[in-house]
Amino acid sequence: MVTTQEARPTAPSPPRSRPPAQPSGGPTAASRALSLLAESWRPAAVLLALFAVWWFVAWRELVPAYLVPSPGAVAETMAADWPMLLEHTWVTTLETIVGFVLAAVIGVAAAVLLVYSRTAEKSLYPLILFAQVIPKIAIAPILVVWFGFGMTPKIVLAVLIAFFPVVVSAVAGLRSVDPELLEMSATMGASRWKTFRKIRFPGALPQLMSGLKVAVTLAVVGAVVGEFVGADRGLGYVLLLASGNLDAPLLFADLILMSLIGVVLFVLVEVLERLLIPWHASRRGNLALATV
Amino acid sequence: MTATTGPTTEHGAAARAADAEPIIEVSHLTRRFTSKRSETVALDDVSLAVLPGEFVTIAGPSGCGKSTLLKIIAGLTLATEGDVRLYGRAVTGPQREIGFAFQRSALLEWRGVRRNILLQAEMRGMDRRRAEERADHLIELTGLTGFEKALPHELSGGMQQRVALCRALLHEPRVLLMDEPFGALDALTREQMNIEMNRIWRETGTTVVLVTHSVPEAVYLGSRIVVMSPRPGRIVETLEPGLPERREYGPTLADPRFTAAAERLRDLLGASHAPE
Repeated sequence: MVTTQEARPTAPSPPRSRPPAQPSGGPTAASRALSLLAESWRPAAVLLALFAVWWFVAWRELVPAYLVPSPGAVAETMAADWPMLLEHTWVTTLETIVGFVLAAVIGVAAAVLLVYSRTAEKSLYPLILFAQVIPKIAIAPILVVWFGFGMTPKIVLAVLIAFFPVVVSAVAGLRSVDPELLEMSATMGASRWKTFRKIRFPGALPQLMSGLKVAVTLAVVGAVVGEFVGADRGLGYVLLLASGNLDAPLLFADLILMSLIGVVLFVLVEVLERLLIPWHASRRGNLALATV
Repeated sequence: MTATTGPTTEHGAAARAADAEPIIEVSHLTRRFTSKRSETVALDDVSLAVLPGEFVTIAGPSGCGKSTLLKIIAGLTLATEGDVRLYGRAVTGPQREIGFAFQRSALLEWRGVRRNILLQAEMRGMDRRRAEERADHLIELTGLTGFEKALPHELSGGMQQRVALCRALLHEPRVLLMDEPFGALDALTREQMNIEMNRIWRETGTTVVLVTHSVPEAVYLGSRIVVMSPRPGRIVETLEPGLPERREYGPTLADPRFTAAAERLRDLLGASHAPE
């Protein structure tokens, strides 16, 4: 122990203990693209194989065309009915986005209330859990009775379905704050609001974001189910029409568009996540697109 | 500093109390933790006075309540009985006229080094430009230059503690409370941090109370060493080795005053400790 040099303390020497290789900035763009490719070729290959099976089944007419149309027929329908499909896609997308955003705002607000107020937590949290058990799809007809055939019941249903994962993840995130950080904040004389804004909320973001990713895919389900029950617009409505006419190509085209809405919105939330919490994403070391 | 040689002085603070008012005054402090089943006495009738400019180290075995004592001084936990005064005022809630360094560095993992240090200024609503100048000065003082933007997980444990130290010093507190800040570091880094800590103390004139269970750290850093017993935590002895304020590391460790104090401290801790 006595061996340490005594002259050390004088000058502000650069950090001696294990300097990090790169203080900031991650891998280069090229290596990123490469790792993206490495991550995504497998699912892409599986998808391609499934597509090939579909094409083969339709081509050999192993299943009648009115049950499984060929990819070509689906593409033709999509091209022919494109303006109509686009309009309905837009309606469903709008319902989904509005429902999702409302669910996110209401869910986070509810979570803050639950975390900061013992009374609210004790009286409301069990009810929120209980409400989650009610089959939302069974509520849809009631919503139609209440709100009519417009966008409102679809949005409400999307909110109801997407709300739960947001609340649960936000509550978990807000609660997971390190108590030492709160003590530190107290020694700085910080107000509750500043502590929330600068410590608690950013610390809750990683968990909140994963809740939002679940919520956005559920919001699509809510909107479509709402359209099933009673609508004159939207992809859910088109699906019912196509089903009534035994129009398999249109059914498939519609289904593809619905899935696309989900995928695109999911990726958007993921991009948002990477913008909001790069510090967290960087620790995962890998591009999260692997989860898409 | 009037130094009495010989490792033990029962009430060193009282002897010097004539020339200054204590900046921290703890009297007859008791802290009990009660759960449904049992009652634990963490601190039992602890009295301590810290004078301005002193560097008091509190040494004791793990679980002797020394961290609790520090948190009570900071107003983060309240005492069951007894009184705490900081700058002559009774402590009844979290104190903001102090700097506090935590056991784990307690950094925000989404903020770089500089922004972590500036959190102190944001929370206090300090003048932005002055705070930034001060932060840059502290970054230089602690050898963090070049790492201003690095995130905590990109730093070594020693560097993280340096950042926490800068943050605790940003608002130029008159009192700095440190709760085993170097406990998680490897021996070599810890020595370096001790050397830097001694220099920062001398250069800033801050009053420091540092909790530790390391014998060399307690003796090297402290102008006064308060020794505590295991639970229930009591002050068993106060050592004042009388070392000069400016301490070269190697020679200090070889100084007979240091070795005597360290030996005494080891005895006191060992008497209440299972042999390691």
